[in-house]
Amino acid sequence: MNLIRISKRDDLPKKKEIVIRILAILLSILFSGVIIMMFGLNPAEIFRSIIEGAVGTPTRIRQTILTAVPLTITSLGIIVAFKMKFWNIGAEGQITMGALGATVIALFLPESVPAPLKLLLMLLASMLFGGVWAFIPAIFKAKMGTNETIFTLMLNYIAIKFVTYLQYGPWKDPNSGGFPRIAYYPDNALLPSLFGVHIGWIIAVVCVAFVYLFINYTKKGYEITVVGESLETARYAGMNISQIIVTAMFISGGMCGVVGMIQAAGIEKTLVAPIANNYGFTAIITAWLSRLNAVACLFVCIAFAMLTQGGAYIQIALGVPSAVASVVQGTVLFFVLGSEFFLQYRVSLARRAAQAKKEVA
Amino acid sequence: MQQKIAIEMKGITKTFGALKANDNVNLTVEKGEVHALLGENGAGKSTLMNMLSGIYTPDSGTIAISGEPVAFTSPKDSIRKGIGMIHQHFKLVDVMTAKENIIIGQPAEFFLQGKALSQKVKALSDQYGLDIDPDKKVYDMSVGEKQTLEIIKVLFRGAEILILDEPTAVLTPQEIRKLFRVIRNMKEQGCAVVIITHKLNEVMEISDRVTVLRKGQSVETVVTKDVGVSSLIEMMVGKKVELSIQKKTFEERKPLLELDEVTVKNSEGKDALSNVSFTLRGHEILGVAGVANSGQKELCECIAGLARADKGRIYFEGGNIVDKTPRDIIKLGIRMGFIPEDRLGMGLVGSMDIVHNMILKDYQNQPGIALRRGPCVAQARKIVKELDIQTPSIYTPVKRLSGGNIQKVLLGREIDSAPKVLITAYAVRGLDIGASYKIYDLLNEQKAKGVGVLFVGEDLDVLMDLCDRILVLCHGEVTGIVDPSKVTKEDIGLLMTGQRQESGDGDKFPGEGGEA
Amino acid sequence: MESFLAACIVAGTPLLFATVGEIITERAGCMNLGVEGMMLMGAVMGFVGALSTANPWIAVLCAVLAGTAGALIYAVLTVSLRANQVVTGLTLTIFGTGFASFVGQPMLGNMAPQEVIAFFAKTPIPGLSSIPVIGPIFFKQDVFVYFGYLVFILAAVYIYKTRMGLNLRAVGENTAAADASGININLYKYVHILVGGALCGLGGAYLSLVRVPIWQSDVVSGRGWIAVALVIFASWNPVKAFFGAVLFGGLSILGLRLQAMGFNVSQYLVDMIPYVATILIVIISTRKKSKESQPPGDLGNSYFREDR
Repeated sequence: MNLIRISKRDDLPKKKEIVIRILAILLSILFSGVIIMMFGLNPAEIFRSIIEGAVGTPTRIRQTILTAVPLTITSLGIIVAFKMKFWNIGAEGQITMGALGATVIALFLPESVPAPLKLLLMLLASMLFGGVWAFIPAIFKAKMGTNETIFTLMLNYIAIKFVTYLQYGPWKDPNSGGFPRIAYYPDNALLPSLFGVHIGWIIAVVCVAFVYLFINYTKKGYEITVVGESLETARYAGMNISQIIVTAMFISGGMCGVVGMIQAAGIEKTLVAPIANNYGFTAIITAWLSRLNAVACLFVCIAFAMLTQGGAYIQIALGVPSAVASVVQGTVLFFVLGSEFFLQYRVSLARRAAQAKKEVA
Repeated sequence: MQQKIAIEMKGITKTFGALKANDNVNLTVEKGEVHALLGENGAGKSTLMNMLSGIYTPDSGTIAISGEPVAFTSPKDSIRKGIGMIHQHFKLVDVMTAKENIIIGQPAEFFLQGKALSQKVKALSDQYGLDIDPDKKVYDMSVGEKQTLEIIKVLFRGAEILILDEPTAVLTPQEIRKLFRVIRNMKEQGCAVVIITHKLNEVMEISDRVTVLRKGQSVETVVTKDVGVSSLIEMMVGKKVELSIQKKTFEERKPLLELDEVTVKNSEGKDALSNVSFTLRGHEILGVAGVANSGQKELCECIAGLARADKGRIYFEGGNIVDKTPRDIIKLGIRMGFIPEDRLGMGLVGSMDIVHNMILKDYQNQPGIALRRGPCVAQARKIVKELDIQTPSIYTPVKRLSGGNIQKVLLGREIDSAPKVLITAYAVRGLDIGASYKIYDLLNEQKAKGVGVLFVGEDLDVLMDLCDRILVLCHGEVTGIVDPSKVTKEDIGLLMTGQRQESGDGDKFPGEGGEA
Repeated sequence: MESFLAACIVAGTPLLFATVGEIITERAGCMNLGVEGMMLMGAVMGFVGALSTANPWIAVLCAVLAGTAGALIYAVLTVSLRANQVVTGLTLTIFGTGFASFVGQPMLGNMAPQEVIAFFAKTPIPGLSSIPVIGPIFFKQDVFVYFGYLVFILAAVYIYKTRMGLNLRAVGENTAAADASGININLYKYVHILVGGALCGLGGAYLSLVRVPIWQSDVVSGRGWIAVALVIFASWNPVKAFFGAVLFGGLSILGLRLQAMGFNVSQYLVDMIPYVATILIVIISTRKKSKESQPPGDLGNSYFREDR
């Protein structure tokens, strides 16, 4: 009954930590392979096709980057919130509202406004709208301790439904024919490209640097970390906790809002209800997997983007549902979550010491 | 002959990570005796007893109960063998009633039997002379009542071996006397009682035999009436120690902090602090005594700016700071140090290292938005050296340090800013004797520098030895401010339970007029 | 009006199952945010069971097993491996959503077999259904709904009136105290998490087999999350959960009713109502200060006996 003994570890050498983490990822890939086999498919072929589909040709590489960009920025936004132990599940809605803000500028500002100015205003508007959408649950949490998980989540649905309402109602483009949609952006409201990809990738790189510097080298970043690690200590140190929560969430939502603008002005060229495309949820996984580290986040997101693009490819090329990608993603996270246990606790086989002693004596 | 022995532990060893909490410990307890397990904080007493209660399992060694070898893997096994442990931190479910707490985990009928249970509980309490209301919710109970509930809980399960872990830490002198009566009662009924304590006077008063633990090892087992306090101390510490606290009296004692009719309401709207007035002076240590939850926490937090006073004024060198937040206080340049009761939960960030914990107080005064670590690294090195803090490096997370070292980090940081007023809440709780006396010395050093120290403590002997004056709180009110050289512990005990001081001028400095 | 109220109960039934399931899980101190995922897994596997065998009992069994399987993943990760409960639950939802999409792909647009639909047709209870006013509302429903009544009543009795229910509450309120009293913490957590998952699976199955008996991948569409909020609204009480579920069921069909009555209001704005209402109840519930409506004290915490 008591063969396995669990005891808490005091500390763990860095090497062992890395080994355990890599082992977890390898095991999860293996396990996903098994699941794929259960559905009668060849895992080796699947995995190879996924990689081919992600980076096999320059076009595909570009597609992967186009997926990695919104994922990275959203994850960074979520990292800022999670650092404070504020469970921001509302990224999906914040992206949507950001897109809404950008659309307001894009469609309702006179066409004659020059592109650079227009794009800048769109960027600011998206940050504002996304930021406010995150600010609402934040202020309730700060002042009343309201549960942010459900609040942010509900705001997702509200945002998406609202955009749907606009899409089918007041903002319906008269030229849209049978399937209602909002008007396309004018040309000078679209994101320019650099190296064949819209400049969203520059924004992503800037965000990585920003979040890294912000968390580790500014006073506000320090405050956010303390609030997340020990709320009472933050209070004791005289930190203005309400202000910290609200500021951090505004930044978090603002970054997600920017993603909305990028997707609207760079990919869809208009506003559609599913603009967030589940990035808001996938980004939670990548944020957690990167252990809330901005630089690691970039790499994790690229890996996930490769998985997603690869998944889309195998759907077309092999007829396998693309949902297999999210199954793999979920499995990876399960294994990583489970591996945390082995980092914190030591498992040993309990020797029958008492019995041994009796026999010897 | 075997039947006389209730507990026999041989060669018990238990390691936590790098720490050997118990090292080849031997302990024998007889039926019908009160056996004290004595040792400093961190000597391994609770660890050893937790193996009897099934919470820990020994790495090696044997345990025999009433002659039968046992191997507990869970509390259930231990309960079944008639062992009842009353923990230092009560394990009670707050939102449940007394009888619900008694019945959880017990085999019983499928549907709850309210009335039958109440009757059983009443019968049991009468048998042992205990007093309990079966339908009272735990969150409505006083500390003494909670302890009584823990005892009944254990007796209900048929315990014949009782283990009490630091039972008197939270009781008034009167409640302690009551508890000892109950313990003697149990001894007469044939139970074996083990009492874990670090308080020597209690060992002398209640126990038949004493086993001393030191740094995880069992040193010696003696018959209580054959030894004296100093030999016990020598066994506990390992060498002859002159354990005394210096108390110097200073002439110049100018008022630094003055509270005037301060009232603080708690979350339920009741008064946690009620009309508290006193003066803290430089060059003195003012002790605060009281039963747990008498308002000590609110007092400290109110002064530090963490709790809002609903009424009253707090003057710091003349200026009213009653509604200032900690941030305001720092910005005003007021140098106040606060060492809270909850070290890792409030005073420090456990997962951060010493350097980042130094930043906590300092960063607000740094200009701009960038965080500068440099000065704090130097600060960290300085206090590690000055206070002899044992740590692998200044970059080790503080939660990995031992209790005494954590407290030194906290104290070091607060003292480093050269405060004029130092507020300490239960500064030596959980520290071993050596560390405790170092803290007393450090506080005396501060006092000599002119700092006004507020010392909230629970050990009345220490309070009497260390403090120049002692303020007693009961239910949030000041029941008296006394000079320890002029009163007894019992007097303070009475003040702790509500009796008021006759002459009301204990706050006046001798010579200011009023005090006898 | 009567038919509206009866429809409210139908709409609220999936919420009821999921909410009571999550109440049971949270009473053990575990916050499982994977409700949406488990409902989807139950929905898809229930549908698979129905299509393969046309046997309603097997279909329901498949749903229960699927929900339980999802809960098992959560239980192993959070109880034995002490992983972070919030992230694990979210992952379960994401995983469950992907799983349902994946498995349900070939069945898109299919309708459940006639035998199953017939089994879950409205079955009035003789006698009870003739009671004026409440008869037609409560007792002219399908058997799944009746089972729902049974579930919440049994859950309430279990939690508040039985010895095991008391032990369960102790585990959720103060795990250390429960442990010291001899309760097997891991066993209680596992069992109740799995039961919670089974109920969530049932909630999903109701949606895919009875309510909308055509498979679509967004068959649950956020109801799992509303259930998580309803747990708070119901103060972890299964009886209050019933009323909350019916209320929210009603809110979700309110839009269609209003339109039928001639109010010209956009479908999409009305769709927002349940979600806005959920936010409101979360805000209001936080303001309730009474000790009796607080979450279980150790909710969300992992337990390790030898914690120093």
